[in-house]
Amino acid sequence: MRALLLIAPLLIFVLVTFVSPIVDMLFRSVENGIVTEILPHSTSALKDWNSERDELPGEAVFRGLYVDMVIAVKRRQHTRVGSRLNYEAAGIASVFRKTGRSLRKVDVDAFVRHFTDLHPDWENRAFWEGVFSDPAAAGVLPNSSRTFDAWSQDFAKPEDPVPEDFVYVALAGELRGLDASDLSGFGQPYAGMLAEAARTIGRLDEISLKQEFLQLDSEWSAATLWKTIKIFSPPLTEAYFLNAVDMKKGIEGVERKSEAERIYLVIFGRTFVMSVTITLACIFLGYPVAYFLARLPLRKANLFLILVLLPFWTSLLVRTSAWKVLLQQEGVINDILVAVGIVDDSARLVMINNQFGTIVAMTHILLPFMILPLFSVMKTIPPDFVRAAKSLGADAFTAFRRVYFPQSLPGIGAGSVLVFILAIGYYITPELVGGIKGTFISNRIAYHISTSLNWGLAAALGTLLLMAVLLLYWVYDRIVGIDNVKLG
Amino acid sequence: MFVFLIFPILVILPLSFNAGEYFTFTPEMLRLDPAGFSLKHYKDFFFNTDWRVATFNSFRIAPLATLIAVAFGTLAAIGLSQSHVPYRRAIMAILISPMIVPLIISAAGMYFFYSRIGLQGTYIGVVLAHAALGIPFVIITVTATLVGFDKSLTRASASLGAGPVRTFWKVQMPLILPGVISGALFAFITSFDEVVVVLFVGSASLKTMPWEMFNGLREQISPTILAVATVLVTLSILLLATVELLRRRSERLRGVSAA
Amino acid sequence: MTLAKIGVVTAGALGVSVGAASAIDLTVISWGGAYSQSQINAYHDPYMAENPDVKFIYDESAAEAVAKLRAMNEAKNVTWDLVDAVAADAIRLCDEGLALEVDHDSFLAPAPDGTPASEDFGDLIVSDCFVPQIVYSTTFGYRTDVAEWDGRVPTTVCDVFDLENFPGRRSLEKRPINNVEWALHCDGVPLNEVYDVLSTSEGLDRALAKLDTIKDSVVWWSAGADTPQLLADGEIVIGSTYNGRLFNLIEVTKAPVAMLWDAQAFDLDGWIIPSGLSDERVEAVKAFLTYATDTQRLADQAKWISYGPARMSSAPLVGQHIELGVDMGPHMPTAPANSQNVLIYDYLWWADYRDDVDQKFQAWLAK
Repeated sequence: MRALLLIAPLLIFVLVTFVSPIVDMLFRSVENGIVTEILPHSTSALKDWNSERDELPGEAVFRGLYVDMVIAVKRRQHTRVGSRLNYEAAGIASVFRKTGRSLRKVDVDAFVRHFTDLHPDWENRAFWEGVFSDPAAAGVLPNSSRTFDAWSQDFAKPEDPVPEDFVYVALAGELRGLDASDLSGFGQPYAGMLAEAARTIGRLDEISLKQEFLQLDSEWSAATLWKTIKIFSPPLTEAYFLNAVDMKKGIEGVERKSEAERIYLVIFGRTFVMSVTITLACIFLGYPVAYFLARLPLRKANLFLILVLLPFWTSLLVRTSAWKVLLQQEGVINDILVAVGIVDDSARLVMINNQFGTIVAMTHILLPFMILPLFSVMKTIPPDFVRAAKSLGADAFTAFRRVYFPQSLPGIGAGSVLVFILAIGYYITPELVGGIKGTFISNRIAYHISTSLNWGLAAALGTLLLMAVLLLYWVYDRIVGIDNVKLG
Repeated sequence: MFVFLIFPILVILPLSFNAGEYFTFTPEMLRLDPAGFSLKHYKDFFFNTDWRVATFNSFRIAPLATLIAVAFGTLAAIGLSQSHVPYRRAIMAILISPMIVPLIISAAGMYFFYSRIGLQGTYIGVVLAHAALGIPFVIITVTATLVGFDKSLTRASASLGAGPVRTFWKVQMPLILPGVISGALFAFITSFDEVVVVLFVGSASLKTMPWEMFNGLREQISPTILAVATVLVTLSILLLATVELLRRRSERLRGVSAA
Repeated sequence: MTLAKIGVVTAGALGVSVGAASAIDLTVISWGGAYSQSQINAYHDPYMAENPDVKFIYDESAAEAVAKLRAMNEAKNVTWDLVDAVAADAIRLCDEGLALEVDHDSFLAPAPDGTPASEDFGDLIVSDCFVPQIVYSTTFGYRTDVAEWDGRVPTTVCDVFDLENFPGRRSLEKRPINNVEWALHCDGVPLNEVYDVLSTSEGLDRALAKLDTIKDSVVWWSAGADTPQLLADGEIVIGSTYNGRLFNLIEVTKAPVAMLWDAQAFDLDGWIIPSGLSDERVEAVKAFLTYATDTQRLADQAKWISYGPARMSSAPLVGQHIELGVDMGPHMPTAPANSQNVLIYDYLWWADYRDDVDQKFQAWLAK
């Protein structure tokens, strides 16, 4: 109990400052509320549209679209939904942008007149407020209620005498197909007035908002566009995850992307292969160092340990730039090789802006994470064992291979998993020295966060990466136990 | 091997005295011509307002982040070292997570979340973020010293009439101090050298030295960065030497206590 | 309303601050380096000298401006007051409602001859949220000491694609924008038709196929500082970057590098005001903008950096570089000799196809 009390402050701290932000971000990978939020009327009308047949959606959908677009343009959200859908089918963003810009050209006077010709009360804001404050309104006319509320709360000035046109369009759209009995829940005079408007609503059927929209942008006649909107209207989506593994949710269902668009699996694979290479390089370079350190008297070993730790303590950015200076074609190493005569001046080695550069720089950066655990394991191996093996006739190499090496294996295991976990999520170094073939999945994640703004895809890629790391952590904890990591 | 570790750092030292504007060994430098060398990049570092602000910020953020990480981390490590802690594995995994979660994911997550709760771009926000990143190091190093801790000492102290608090400060603390200090140094350097998270969670008025360096590498490559690095390497050597001295001192202490 | 606006304009024009009663800190986001310095010299410092109650805080995160503004907006906590953005970002910010729409003539100073600001800036006002500031170009710089070239000098952008006459490594930006246009152009498409061709499914493949011919010799850059450094180091023989960077490399550092003015990508940079600021802050920012984008101030910036002022009326006022004494006129991307053959970057096309093209471009790079 006392133990838990001691742990609790930190646990809460980490949960609040670290874990919840990550969970919060990962949720973005499936979140897709934006489409129905910005296009509520169109998406609900689209439910009745059969996307199997290549027909355009009916007038009801276009009326919904009109209302949605007017509100979205006022809130400056129409291009946001456009950008969201553009991830799935290129070109949609401009349809929304263009339409938003010329929306005021759409003529909806007939909708207004339909009501105002029936009764002058329809030109009276107080009357409208009466209709929508009626208890029946939210149940019978949900879309219109929402539209009217949006207008009166967000856009109307107190002195505006009548609602804006789009409120009339919304009501007309919803009254289509309703009759007096549906509207009988309203109090009078609203029930009667609404029933009267509904009875004659057929007159508006000859008005085609569809045609108006097609004139604004002929792209509205593309079935793909409507299918995309329909497919991506649910509030949760697996599309980002599919995209993250080079698949897509097409009109015919889930399919692989075309050859020219496949990229993430390649980069995941590359991240994995390069991290393994870096880990191996760290074992190869770190083992002798740790072995050397472990056999020194402790005081001397600690001094040499400073040499190991010094790079560790030098800014990552500086170490990476140092490698740039060293590895480039006109850089120090090439200069030395040319001066010595190993390499011809015209055939300088390409060692940076590729996988080699990333591997060298990252091996350097991560090496201390290999040496420290190795060293702490090797310190505990009693030298007597090797001596005993030798006295029993084993030569130095055999003694090392059969006796010392097996005992140092836990150190290799600990260091390897640590290095691999850190390597797989690296960002800065590949960014600076990786060129194009040496970049990691983290670089793509960063790109989608800060440049393309496709945060959903960034979150999906991040989730996959995180799952890989957690799996490794689990393995690590099983094999080594996290308690056994020592850092100097 | 040691050459591989140290060489890149040695290379930048002379370049920081470069009289030119790029990260290049100029012919003058190779000829050891004094005209090829200058202290102007050091001047730039010490007198440029941007760098001064960045240095100030780094020294304002890192210590507080370290303090938080060490205070909470040490307590938790002591808690974790006791026998029979329920869900120990899960708790450990959560506490270690800031070290293993790829930085870019942490940075993006904190950025969105901190924006929402109004911590994005604030001093406290950056401090909290950096404290979280430093915690695993404190946990790991302090737990490691506690593994070798002789429990009978606390019992002895208790039997001699000391309360738990007094026992902690008088008996436990001196013994785990090396672990605490080492953890603190790791936490400090984590914050001090951290660039990804601060780029996201920070703001203009909270630019740290790594931020300034990263901007430098991106927007205007200047050997000033190398001058900064040289200063920092010198600082690191001093710090590491201090740690080593402390370690030797504590070994002596331990030697006494074990005897 | 109108009266207030006139008040703002006159107050701004006279250099008198609005709301002089209280001091105000304005956070200004720009790109850093020599560019930010030129703005500070030409705009911020003189403005602060005249308005002691205004203080500026500078941030260099313009590269992440769109992402950060979106997150701030989501969190309803906008902490930036003025952002320097390229036209494409300004359009996107305006589209998403993250930038404030402004009526240019209501607060920007007219030209000295009385021409309203909107006419003085003309077509460069590419978005209702955008107050243009400079015209810049992405163009190529090449080393003048390449032995293998036997004295040949690149004269057209297509020489970048000519490995036979101009061997050596070259640098291109690690993104499709500009590169695919140049590739298509050098594959025989006239500059004014590249976007039509790119809109077809074969267009992009054709551009990538052209880029394939030099892919093995390309170093891909992502930061503005990369190409100048690579040129200075001799790592590359020719590379694309912003013309102001090349000017610095050639005129200040005196590197053996020259500039190629052909099919350079013409682009704009300017100011946007984030939406969601209090009225008081918006007024303070507008007062600053009135000052900072007047004819003289825009011309002043060219004393420190070789980018062209966005106002037509500023062009005749462009003088000499303040330290070098070089006439800046001929170094402007807008100078007639330099703009014989320019690529006009199509913002709206890229706004639509950027994600798609980028995905294919990255897949191509990864191959």
